[in-house]
Amino acid sequence: MMEKSRRSFLKVAGIAAIGLGAAPAINFAASDSHGAAHAVKSKNKEALSAHRWGMVIDTNKLNEEVAEQIKEACHKAHNVPNFDHEVDEEKYPKTRPVNHKQEIKWIWEEHFHYAFPDKEDEFLAEKYHDLPFLVTCNHCKNAPCTQACPTQATFKREDGIVLMDYHRCIGCRFCMAACPFGARSFNFRDPRPFIEETAPDFPTRSKGVVEKCNLCAERLAKGEQPHCVEASEGAIVVGDLEDSDSDIRHILDEHYTIRRKQALGTEPSVYYVM
Amino acid sequence: MNKNMIITGLVIFVLAVLSPFWFNMISDTQAAPEPELVGKAKAEKKCVLDKYDMRANHMSLLDEWRDSVVRDADRIYKGANGHSFNMSLSTGENSCLGCHEDKAKFCDACHTYASVSPYCWECHTNPKEIE
Repeated sequence: MMEKSRRSFLKVAGIAAIGLGAAPAINFAASDSHGAAHAVKSKNKEALSAHRWGMVIDTNKLNEEVAEQIKEACHKAHNVPNFDHEVDEEKYPKTRPVNHKQEIKWIWEEHFHYAFPDKEDEFLAEKYHDLPFLVTCNHCKNAPCTQACPTQATFKREDGIVLMDYHRCIGCRFCMAACPFGARSFNFRDPRPFIEETAPDFPTRSKGVVEKCNLCAERLAKGEQPHCVEASEGAIVVGDLEDSDSDIRHILDEHYTIRRKQALGTEPSVYYVM
Repeated sequence: MNKNMIITGLVIFVLAVLSPFWFNMISDTQAAPEPELVGKAKAEKKCVLDKYDMRANHMSLLDEWRDSVVRDADRIYKGANGHSFNMSLSTGENSCLGCHEDKAKFCDACHTYASVSPYCWECHTNPKEIE
């Protein structure tokens, strides 16, 4: 019978243990993590890009009708609920009554003295009292909402768009408190019963998330202009603010423009031609 | 006396521990449903990853896609098999549902069986269900 010392037994056991431990490690290193390693992600060829997207709204070209048209186009395409819409009782039974203070909006009309409270001059030209001013998310350069968001659900994309990842939003509404423009709305209830016609190209939101204008990131990705630009009959131009040769910069060069609540230092990217 | 007690106790214990197996033997268990390929998906035969990878990891793939689309604005995914896909769950021809046209047979069949209820459809819409 072979003589086995404790010493030789421990040696063999030790080597065996290393071998057992090494196998999974080698397998792990050898595997290409579920085949996705060779995948390449890219943008659409026709996608529009910019260093910093911005918007110019020519207030002279806006009237009630066009403003309504713009709002309609935006809200329809993005499945923004309309609380004036009569709920289909069969599909959504027991829908509780609407609270209009909980309305949801991406772009809407505002009076001059609400949109520009710091610019209310004593003898403001008469026309500004009645003109509809379209307001929306300003996609600020120093966006306070992105700093307030605890989950980074709202963030600034490289091209300057302040975007939301609705999957990550926990509905804390810090961003709404941080935004000085009231550009954000909270879904206090399931929005689906109040969507007249669901647009298939954009998801709806669910109860408990905040939403706002996304500068039609989904359309820019396809090389198309935002909905508001298309519906505006020339009143709205969207372009690259950092490119001194862009259309939007030419307009800014030629006209006197103002921005909302500039003194707060958020550097809004939406300009108004007066 | 003690011996008998111990043996009966052991028998009861073994029976109780193996109860899931007994239960399965008397109840008719259903085999896990296969996701059924219809229409375009059937003709195509080539998904983003291979079948088993897809089965095990589609949720992490979707998670990766979402981050890529929302954060980096990259919307085209060229897989290792050379095919390009539109990184979207439900919009457009080249998205998940664009190819797998029947959500009930493709998503719900397994999810229901496995008793998982992902909340994708609280926001995303099935183009077929929009009237």
